[in-house]
Amino acid sequence: MQAFLNNFANVDTFVSVLPLLLSGLLVTVSLALVALPLSLLSGLLVALLFAVKNRVLTAVLFVLIDLCRSIPVLVLLMIIFYALPFLGLMMPPFVAVVLTLVINNTGYFGEIFRAGLASVPKHQQEAGLALGISRPRVLLFIVVPQAIRNVAAPLASNALELAKATSIASLVTMPELLRVAQVAQANVYNPTPLVAAAALYFIVLWPFSRLVARYELKTIKARY
Amino acid sequence: MPAGAVEEIPMITIEKMNKFYSDFHALKDIDLAVEEGQRIVLCGPSGSGKSTLIRCLNGLETFESGTVTVVGIKMTRSSQAVRKARQQVGMVFQSFNLFPHLSVLNNLLIAPRLTGARNMAETREYAMHLLERVRIADQAGKYPSELSGGQQQRVAIARALCMRPKVMLFDEPTSALDPEMIKEVLDVMIDLGRDGMTMIAVTHEMGFAKTIADKVVFMDAGRIVETAAPDVFFSNPQTERAQRFLHTILH
Ligand SMILES: Nc1ncnc2c1ncn2[C@@H]1O[C@H](COP(=O)(O)OP(=O)(O)OP(=O)(O)O)[C@@H](O)[C@H]1O
Ligand SMILES: [Mg+2]
Repeated sequence: MQAFLNNFANVDTFVSVLPLLLSGLLVTVSLALVALPLSLLSGLLVALLFAVKNRVLTAVLFVLIDLCRSIPVLVLLMIIFYALPFLGLMMPPFVAVVLTLVINNTGYFGEIFRAGLASVPKHQQEAGLALGISRPRVLLFIVVPQAIRNVAAPLASNALELAKATSIASLVTMPELLRVAQVAQANVYNPTPLVAAAALYFIVLWPFSRLVARYELKTIKARY
Repeated sequence: MPAGAVEEIPMITIEKMNKFYSDFHALKDIDLAVEEGQRIVLCGPSGSGKSTLIRCLNGLETFESGTVTVVGIKMTRSSQAVRKARQQVGMVFQSFNLFPHLSVLNNLLIAPRLTGARNMAETREYAMHLLERVRIADQAGKYPSELSGGQQQRVAIARALCMRPKVMLFDEPTSALDPEMIKEVLDVMIDLGRDGMTMIAVTHEMGFAKTIADKVVFMDAGRIVETAAPDVFFSNPQTERAQRFLHTILH
């Protein structure tokens, strides 16, 4: 037991690597904070484009979404960061990671929003239109809010997936949480930094998932 | 039209209107004129085209031939014109269709807000006045799901009125309600009619028709078959189809 603790939860190691880990956490959080809103936005845009119901547009969207979703996120990052420069397209690691996450998540968020939009009864649109509100505004202020509320749970769980996927940044040597933990581990010769990193992921993401659960409970009452 | 009416301003004019759902001829040669302040009750068997007809009046449905003019606006495929007309024509649905994500007060305010009401403070005051009028002001902060059906329908009426429409359309406003809530909604509608609102109501509530309607329009199989004053229509229907229809709703 003592040996286990010495290896996996060594207090001295923990204290010495904590500042490094926190700096890594900061990078992770900023990646998520930039990539998440952008992914949500592009996902919503895709879902709204589906709602246009143009056959060509729909076909193009399906191909793009399937393509983005079937490429493993790591492969996508490798292509964007290491292959695109050969085409003269170079970007800093932060941008490459954000772009990868957005491309990868647009399909997922798009599908979730699409289900959300479909879950709002047609009557709601008609009621808005009958009041003389323009179609785009009906969509934006009447349909979309209800759609989001109806799919809050899958949106939140996909947001958590995105937050965790920021760890791919370690592959392009960005000093985010996983990367700094790996570096620290190599220095101290025990896995404590990795365990500490896992704990930090948990500490940051857990309240978020609790919050979502509470929000769900509150809005579940406001049904049709 | 009532005798002694000083000036008759047509609010709605329908001429030779035909509507198809692909091959199905849903409305056939509809002619109807509604003057300002008139209260029309539209009735007829299920599938006769009542909903389709009133939905054509605010552009929720399009039609293939004929003309429909609503508060001076010709209903065309121009979304601009249709929107202008809709802002002056309130509609109340069988299933209320309140916006569940908005409070009662915001259900009333959203349309004025999104259609560019200039003075929101004044609009807010007007909304509260309307809620007062439909006797539900104490629920202004609640959400639709917290209200009974009758209360929701009264909010839906107030929501439509908040756009200050010149005409109100009702599509079976009480048929989704429990019997004990029907009266509270009809009372609001009667009050509205007495106040001079031009209205077309699809309803089988005979009491309502007798109290307030200037005329009853009876439809069958996509056609207007009979038009008469309510007492005449209910006691002495002229066509055989109307007689059969009245027989079924009375028994
Ligand atoms: N979207 C549609 N597509 C095809 N047919 C339709 C559509 N809407 C209505 N119809 C048909 O048009 C006819 C008239 O329908 P409508 O809803 O206007 O009848 P209604 O008089 O309001 O009946 P109810 O009393 O049942 O409400 C019906 O035969 C119906 O099946
Ligand atoms: Mg109907």
